[in-house]
This record gives sequence, C-alpha cells and structure tokens, in this order.
Amino acid sequence: MYAPQILIEAALNGLMTGAVYALIALGLTLVYGVLHIINFAHGALLTVAMFAVWGAFALFHVDPYLAMLGIVPLMFGAGYALQRFVIGPASHGSDNNVLLVTLGLSIVLENALLALFRSDTRALDSDAALQVVELGPLLLSTPRLIGFVAALAVTGLLWLLLERTDTGRAIRAVAREKLGARLVGIEVDHVYAVTFGLGCACLAVAACLLMPTYYVNPRSGAAFVLVAFTIVVLGGMGSIAGALVGGLVIGVVESFSGLLLGDSLGQIGIFLIFILVLLVRPTGLFGARA
Amino acid sequence: MLAVDSLTKRFQGLVAVNQASLTVPAGSITGLIGPNGAGKTTLFGMISGFLAPSEGRVLFEGQDVTGEAPHLRARRGIARTFQIVQPFAGLTVAENIAVGAYLRHPRRADAVAKAREVGTRVGLGDQLDKPAADLTVAGRKRLEVARALATEPRLLLLDEVLAGLNPSEIRDILPVVRAIRDGGVTILMIEHIMQAVMTLCEEVYVLAEGRMVASGPPRQVCADPQVIEAYLGKGAAARMTAQGSTSDEVAHA
Amino acid sequence: MNARDLLPLGIALALLAALPFLGLSGSVLNFLVTTLIIALAGLGWNVLGGFGGQYSFGHAAFFGTGAYATAVLQLKFGWNAWGALAAGIGLGTLVGLAIGYLSFRAGLRGSYFALVTLAFAEVFRILANTADITGGAAGLLLKLQPGFATLQFSDRRVFYLLVLAFVGLALLASRWLERSRFGAHLIAVRENEEAARALGVDALSVKLRAIALSAAITAAAGGLYVQYFLYLDAGVAYGTWISVEALLAPIVGGIGTAFGPLVGALALQGLGEVTKHLAGGIPGVDLVVFGACLIAVIAFAPQGLLGLRVARRRRAAAGA
Repeated sequence: MYAPQILIEAALNGLMTGAVYALIALGLTLVYGVLHIINFAHGALLTVAMFAVWGAFALFHVDPYLAMLGIVPLMFGAGYALQRFVIGPASHGSDNNVLLVTLGLSIVLENALLALFRSDTRALDSDAALQVVELGPLLLSTPRLIGFVAALAVTGLLWLLLERTDTGRAIRAVAREKLGARLVGIEVDHVYAVTFGLGCACLAVAACLLMPTYYVNPRSGAAFVLVAFTIVVLGGMGSIAGALVGGLVIGVVESFSGLLLGDSLGQIGIFLIFILVLLVRPTGLFGARA
Repeated sequence: MLAVDSLTKRFQGLVAVNQASLTVPAGSITGLIGPNGAGKTTLFGMISGFLAPSEGRVLFEGQDVTGEAPHLRARRGIARTFQIVQPFAGLTVAENIAVGAYLRHPRRADAVAKAREVGTRVGLGDQLDKPAADLTVAGRKRLEVARALATEPRLLLLDEVLAGLNPSEIRDILPVVRAIRDGGVTILMIEHIMQAVMTLCEEVYVLAEGRMVASGPPRQVCADPQVIEAYLGKGAAARMTAQGSTSDEVAHA
Repeated sequence: MNARDLLPLGIALALLAALPFLGLSGSVLNFLVTTLIIALAGLGWNVLGGFGGQYSFGHAAFFGTGAYATAVLQLKFGWNAWGALAAGIGLGTLVGLAIGYLSFRAGLRGSYFALVTLAFAEVFRILANTADITGGAAGLLLKLQPGFATLQFSDRRVFYLLVLAFVGLALLASRWLERSRFGAHLIAVRENEEAARALGVDALSVKLRAIALSAAITAAAGGLYVQYFLYLDAGVAYGTWISVEALLAPIVGGIGTAFGPLVGALALQGLGEVTKHLAGGIPGVDLVVFGACLIAVIAFAPQGLLGLRVARRRRAAAGA
C-alpha cells in the first residue's frame, strides 16, 4: 500500500485542483440555476480565457494573476453579449435549442482556436510553476495553493454578491419566478445576460489560476467541461454550496483514482460517478429542485 | 363502473386527498366539484394512474386497477383529458386524434378514418387538416375530448373542459358532452361552471380540502350547508340563511 | 405505406445510385461514401432525436460499437465480414437498449439525457483506448483483402452502392415512422409524454424501441465505416466528432423528416469540402462553418433546409 504521506499529498492535491474545478462548475451551476439551461459552450469559453491568459503573458509579459484585472471584465462582457445577442434570441425559448446553440458555439470557438493556434500545446514559460511551500513534511505547489485560496475567495465573493447586492437579489428573483420578476419591473433578459457574464467571469478567474501550472490547447476546455458537469450534477444543479463541495470531492476522487488506476482510467471514475448520480439521484446531493 | 375506495394521497407532509370515496354508475354523468386546491385533479391523477395513491383502491368494472400504469388503464377503457390542453404540436388535428384511435386500430387507414369520424362528432370536422397548434382555445378543448374519445373508452374523465371558454362556446359544447354519454360512454367530470354541472350531471361529489364533504343530486348538494361553507368559508351557510338567500347564489359562485 | 409514399424515396435512391457511373474521380467517390456513412449515422440519430425528441449527444457509443465489433470479430475471432457487420449492428442495438433502459427508466430527458449519452460515449472511448482487444491507443488495422466474403471491393463504386442500400433501408424505416402507429406514438411521446400515456401509449417501451432502431442504424454506419477505411481507433470510433455529425445532419437538413439527414449530410459535407478548399490547409475551418450553420439553422430555420422549401410552398399557396 501507499505511505500515508503520499495519500495525504494526493488528498491535498486533489483539494487544490478541486477548488479550481469548483470555480469552473460555479459558473455552470449559476447559469443553470437562473436560466435553467445547460451551457454546453462552457468548456470552450474556458479555453478562450486560458488562451487569453497565455497571450497576455507571451506577448506582453503580463503576470497571469495580474491579468485577471483585464480578462475577468473582458470575459464578463463577452458572456453578456453572447447570451443577450446570440444564445437568447437564437433559442426561441426552448431548452433543447439552447443545448444545440451552445453546442454550436462550442464547435465554433474550439475550431476557431484550432485554426488560429493549431493543436499545439502551450504553457507559460515561467518558473513560478515550480515554487513550493513546505508544510511540515509536505511540499505543496505555491501556484496551486494560491489557486485553492483564490477559488474559495471568489466563491465567497459570488455568494456575497448574490446575497447582499441589488443585482444579486434581482438574479435570485429571476431564478425563482421569472414572470413575477418581470412583473415587478426586473428586466429579465438583462439579468440573464448578467448571469451568463458572471458565469464567464468565473471561467476567467479559473483560467488565470490554472495557467501557471497548466497548459492550453484548443481542446483543453473540453477536458474540464465534463468534470464540471459531473460536479454540477453531483452538487445539485443550481446550488453554489453544492458546486463547491462537489468540486472538492471530485478533485480528491480524481487524485486518488489517478494514483490507483493511472491517469487515463482514472478519468473513468469521474464519468461513472456522473452517470450514476444522473441515473440514481438527478437532483444531486444538495439539489432541491426536481 | 368506477369505484374509488378511501383514496389518500400525501405529498411529503401535505395531505392532498384524504380518504376520498366515490362511485360512478355505468351510463351516468357524474360531477366532481370543489373549491380550488381541494384535490380534484390529484384524485383524477390517481384514478387514471398518473399518481400512485398513498392508501386506498381504485376499482374499474369490479377489478382492482390501483397499481396499473396509465396506458394499461387506457387499454381497459379509461380515458382522461387534461386541464391544461397541450395538443401534439407537430401534428394536424386529425393526426392528433389518430394517436388515440391507434389504441384500437393498429392500421393507419382505420385509425385515420376513426379519427376523422370522432373529430367530426365533436365539431372539428372542418379543421381536421389544420396544424393542431393553430386551434383556438375552444378548438383545443374539443381536440382534447376527441383524442380521449378516439381511444373508445367506456369511462371518460373530463378535467375542466369548459374552463376558459366563453358562454356561447360552453353552450355549444354541452350537447357534445351529452351526446358522448348517449353514445354509451360513462363520464366523470371535474367542473367549476356550476350551471353546466346542474344541467349535465345526475350525481355530484364535493371535495373540499381533500375530503369528500357531500354527494347527491346537484340541486340537493348545492343547498348543503357543508358545501356552502367549503366554498364561502365558515359560517357562510348560517349568514345566508339569515339573509334569506337561496342556494342559487352558490350556483353562480 | 402506398406507392405515392415511396415514390420520392425511389427517385432519390435511383439518382444517387447513378452518380458513381458518371466518371467521378476517386476522391469524389471517397467524399460520397463518407457523406453517405454520415447520412446513415444521422438517419439513426433522427429516429430517436427527430421523431422521438430525445436528443442524444453520444451516438458515438453506437457508431463505435458497430465499428469495433465488425473489426474485432474479423481480426480476433476470424469471423466472416458480413457476419461481423451483422453482429456489430446487433451489439450496437444492445448498447442502445442498455443505455436507453437505464436513462429512460431514471426518467432522464432533455439536457440530462444529452449529457448522460455523452458520458456513456466517453466511457466507451476511454475503455477502447486502453483495452487490449480493441488494440488500445494504436487502434486496429483490417487487412486489405478485396473479395465478397471480406466485404472489401477493389471497385469503390460497389461499396458506394452497398452503403447506399443501407441508406435506402434507413430511409424506408423513417418513411414507415411517418406513416405508422409506432411513428405516431413516438411523435406523441415527443410532444407530450403525459398526454400520450393517457391515450394508451406505453412511453417507456416506445422510447426503448426507438433507441434500439436508432442505435442499429448508427451502428451499421460504424461497421461500414471500418470496412471502407480499414482502420479504427478510439478517437474515430467513439469520438465526439461522429456524435456531432450524426445530430448536425438531421438538424440542418430537417429534423424529424425522412429525408432531412440525407439532405443535411450532403449540404454540410459539400460545404465542408468547399471551405477546406478555400481555407487551404488551415485545420478546423470547416467545423467553424458547421457550428455556425447549427446556430443559424436553429435561429432562422428551425425546420432545416427541407422546412425552407415547405415554408416557401406555403407562402406561395397563401399568396395565390
């Protein structure tokens, strides 16, 4: 069997990856919770954000954490515009159409990146990735620790935004009762677009946290998106707490199954959880809505 | 024909239907009335098999069908309409009705012929080849009845087929309902329009807060203080008697 | 079905059958075979997605199973190619029934059904990529051995006609759906499952039969694919590309119509070739166009290309 130290490290690594997963899932679950749609382009949008981080670094030597200041608002704007001007109008209010439109969008984005950057894998050329923090007998990667803390902080911020601001109240009102919200004068299309923008902003933060230790190619986001779907389904569609817990759980599961089964079979663990949760308890562990 | 024996339905803590019983004699038009939220549609759901009762039994022609799936009950001869009418949007009126007709006529030609015949019978004769989505509300209500009727049921459950119609449309559809019964189909109907219940039904059951509070011929039921209270609140019956009102006012409630 | 129902089908097949005898080049024939295989996969998707309204994002699970079974049974068990293809179709059908039983029993529909089918396809892809019997990541290579028993033909036109025959059968099945009790039940379940059940339709059984037929047709496309290209790996067999192609063709052509998938596959693959030609060697450009087409069709022509024709005829009739 494995030494306890390896197991503890695997668990901690899993938690750190899981926090970033949670952030990605947060964007997905927020959009689902309010618009009641599944955004299939979520992964492709993450890839776009990751390329933006990479571009800022490669062209202008912008530190990925600093790049957040520019990329987060940009992705928010892009998300807002996509929902307001493409996904919303094109879908004619049918859920199946949303699924197909966002699928179309993901095909367009992914392949546009492929046409621009080819299938080469790119990483930030920086030694920040190798820095570690010593924690007793354990060595933890600094950028991943930063990622962990920042992901939790952003989750907290988002929660505050939803609970304490007028925008947040409008979003929650629309999520609860679309018609009622419209009747009291809330502009539903605007709130939808803002929510979609917030989902994309979460992706931008995740991209900035991922890039110091990860790489990007046009298919990178696709690898995350099914994981994010699994987390969202596990945590309960639309539940923020569920996304956080689900993300951490999946991070740890992936870390252990990678340790025990090897990387490629390790992925199967996630898909099987996904399928099982869908078949047995589609409302997730925290979900209330049927 | 139909006997419902102390049906109870609980949703988590809430008791939607509580020990409700009723019988529908063959060849009758029986009404089920009650204020909003009384549990009428829930009761219908249990009779037609869409909801599993927490307790109690449903007997159809003497056979216990309590645990049977809706499509099996349809084969036995129980058909129902839905309060919220939703035609099969991609199909024409005749094709919509044919979905019901296919139950007894597996061949397309027979099913379509049956569908056209039933469609004409409920007054949709000149709209059979229209897309179902183009029908007016009144047309959709007729379509809903026609679809159910095309399954050639022995018992037809009508869930508020008159709701949302204007008085002249109601006047037009009443003879259709009566003609269905005269054609040998027993009817149990949920209805809010009292005038219609008074004219159509031989027997009426009143459901209030999940309980069966009264039953009998419509005139008699409408004068029942318990029924008046169910509709108008506690003490209403006493106030009305004091004011010398008659049950007619309730009939218009 | 009567003669009038079958006439357009006969004409379309006759025209397509005549095509390869017009002295087309090898690359054009290749293109046509690929297009027909995709049309076949799309015809399969259309049974469940178009007529049944259950959008699968994982038809690769059936395509890949048909393809792998056809190849593995020949390579590792020495089966005759025809038997292997038949078994591939059978296995694909079983996979369809299994996935359908699990998902429909659990009441999954809409987005949930799309996601669960996608996940199943991904599980198959990972397994095929690691298992020995499927050749792992290296894939499988069928030996080049032209002959009737090996289902390989030195004249590509013969294979083209074979694929066309399968397309013809799938078209016939779709036509039957438009004209039969089963098809009416399937459409009724698509439009309103509750109302259909009240009319005596056994919704679960209808959906299961639909996914079985759908999977069988798409599995046939997979088996034919490997017989033609003689090579298979997990990314080809179970990759998202075929799940996407299988749904694009019917949606662009006309969802829930017999001819939609064929029209859609011809239009899209043709457009893809033109784009590739114009863009030079840049990868992905054809798929950008496909994705944009998908969005445009849903936004502006929900009934697909065939729907445009019907809409124009209706407008003309209204104007006259």
